[in-house]
Amino acid sequence: MNELKLTEVKKHYGNKSVLDGVTVQLQPNTIYGLLGRNGAGKSTLLNIVTNRIPATAGSVTMNDRDVTNNDEALQQMYLMSEANLYNPRLRVNEIFKETARMYGGFNFGLASRLAHEFGLNVNARNGKLSTGYRSIYKLIVALCVPADYIFLDEPTLGLDANHRDLFYRTLMDTYAERPRTFVIATHLIEEIAHIIERLVIIKTGSVLVDSSVEETLAQSHVILGPQAEVAAYTAGLNVIGEESLGQLKVRYVYGALDDKILPDTVRIDGMDLQKLFIELTNEEGDEHVI
Amino acid sequence: MQFNLDDNSQEPLYLQVARQLEDAIFLKGFDEGEQVPSTTEISKQFHINPATVLKGMNILVSEEIIEKHRGLGMFVTKNARERIKVKRQNEFYSDYIQNMVEEARKLNLSKQQLLDMIERGFEENE
Repeated sequence: MNELKLTEVKKHYGNKSVLDGVTVQLQPNTIYGLLGRNGAGKSTLLNIVTNRIPATAGSVTMNDRDVTNNDEALQQMYLMSEANLYNPRLRVNEIFKETARMYGGFNFGLASRLAHEFGLNVNARNGKLSTGYRSIYKLIVALCVPADYIFLDEPTLGLDANHRDLFYRTLMDTYAERPRTFVIATHLIEEIAHIIERLVIIKTGSVLVDSSVEETLAQSHVILGPQAEVAAYTAGLNVIGEESLGQLKVRYVYGALDDKILPDTVRIDGMDLQKLFIELTNEEGDEHVI
Repeated sequence: MQFNLDDNSQEPLYLQVARQLEDAIFLKGFDEGEQVPSTTEISKQFHINPATVLKGMNILVSEEIIEKHRGLGMFVTKNARERIKVKRQNEFYSDYIQNMVEEARKLNLSKQQLLDMIERGFEENE
């Protein structure tokens, strides 16, 4: 199995640090969510992994071999991003053929079925497509290339709700049929919350969370109740945020709870992924830590 | 079929998937001996990672509520509904009674008042 490893990857533009030593191991046949706020470094990271831009320091390896100018490794990776890599004069079906040449294979059957389902005209020229349909043809390419690592940078950009639903269905279907690794970078966290198995959160160029979704959520708690009781119960815990409503207080805790006795008036709920993300990456969030 | 998944529950997603499927079987959404949707079908329909769905299904397999027919898929077992009933009877105390007593205490309801209400509930439900 192909193992993709990032070790201490750094990227600087002049004095500005975009990635500050990212170390992540991407497992085979796993769907990842790559989350981060605008400017956190998600796209830079994906561009470095797929060798589109060079890292300032650190390495990306597949099976312990550096991916830089390593055609064999690069054939196993495909990055779908906002960047337009194809000539705007090319027709969609010509892009399919060109991809097939570059990757030594392409699932034309699936591509034509998906084009039909999404209502994409494969004879249209790339440059003439709307934002939504440009996303759609790129998604189709991403789902039909024979690579083991598919990186999707904002895959649903410009897609309406019906097309997003169709995309997620198709993703689940094709993943079940041919398991491979997908890394989905998106701001629409709720939509992928149940789809991803593992989670990587980056904040200002560093990895904040790298864990399974199940483990992460098991560590995330919402403590709700009267102000004084909630404060007492959460004392000493890793509080990542709080809100108040009258005398009621909600505290968000990330990490283990201790064995203090829970007062009758205090309730513990689970936290959803989006809420966790917001609290963990809030700029003012740090002030809440006691 | 509809899945009610609660992201603010402390219960992990795979257990919620198991319970929703169990509910569907108990409410006769699927008859005994009938095939249930495949992991992929559920995964597609509800946008859930197939590994999570499989983990949930395996719980129902271990409880003998569904069983795998080689090459055909998953089917509801012969006594599935009876098994679910017995299981839920066993969980009734912790799921309902304990919570009810706790809530009654918060509301200052006496034991007798609570028993009277249960009595009334039975009468009105006849």
